[in-house]
Amino acid sequence: MHIPDGFINAGTSAGAALIAAGGVTVAVKKTSRYLDDKQVPIAGLTAAFVFAVQMLNFPVAAGTSGHLLGGALAAILVGPWAGALCVTVVLVVQAFFADGGITALGLNVLDMAFVTALGGYAIFLGVRKVLPHERSSVVVASGIAAAASVVMSALVFFIQFAIGGNVDLALGSVFTAMVSVHTLIGLGEGVITAATVGLVLNVRPDLVYGARDLGTTLQIPQTSTAEGVL
Amino acid sequence: MRNASSTRLFVISGLLLAFSLVLLVSPVANPNPDGLNRVAIDEGFAGTETDHGLGDSPLADYAVSGVDHDWLSKGLSGIIGILATFALGLALFALSKKRGESNPARAKGQRN
Repeated sequence: MHIPDGFINAGTSAGAALIAAGGVTVAVKKTSRYLDDKQVPIAGLTAAFVFAVQMLNFPVAAGTSGHLLGGALAAILVGPWAGALCVTVVLVVQAFFADGGITALGLNVLDMAFVTALGGYAIFLGVRKVLPHERSSVVVASGIAAAASVVMSALVFFIQFAIGGNVDLALGSVFTAMVSVHTLIGLGEGVITAATVGLVLNVRPDLVYGARDLGTTLQIPQTSTAEGVL
Repeated sequence: MRNASSTRLFVISGLLLAFSLVLLVSPVANPNPDGLNRVAIDEGFAGTETDHGLGDSPLADYAVSGVDHDWLSKGLSGIIGILATFALGLALFALSKKRGESNPARAKGQRN
């Protein structure tokens, strides 16, 4: 999903970089309202884990692979704003691996970090509302939100391409191709995300931001503040 | 709050799991172009890609320059990336965390 340099023109890339920089500023501010000392290493680990899993491309169709984007996963584990920052950190480090363009960094931060973390978390909350108030619902909602987040990411790329693509193409065809292949990749994203959230829920349920309302900690539940953060 | 050693154990276990993934699973990762690159090839805009400014970086394309063994080179690059991401993440989140946690009197006052 990493956009390389050259796909999108300089003006659109610069605009995306400005929006991304604003997004990071807001995310830092929002994160500082809820992230406590204990969660700092957990958020760092979440970013590191996303970096690792992004290296594990899985096959999706003939001659095509996909990999985790991880924004929805990070959002469910550490909250949507910290989640967006996790994937942003991953993208910055990946620039040194020549993965994802340098002028395209802002575009990628929007597509792969903010759209997936904030959009994915919004869907996660929506799905949880219609499911029973229990732990297994968190796992199911994580999978659905993650799958949808990949399609949302592809849609935002399409918008960026429609505005600033460096070549004139039939946009309808690009749209169909982007959405169909990323629907398949979304299935993989959903499985990996649900499995990871399920694992953490089994080991340390108190560390799952998206499950705070279930009172899974050993302490007296003090979860009433979790909702007001987004 | 559970004790800090349990959280430390969780973080160390998580990092070890990440190391294992890049060492043991990344060699069998699918080498085909990913979704966006496939679309770019099929739809005809792959050619607009320009050279990466850090294309000569010692870690470019998830390989450590000077390490000839493919599997080892990729695995090592992954471990370096995991540690760099963890370190940068810790630094960013230490700056982005809730203030006043280290002041016991204030923290106590805020509890409800």
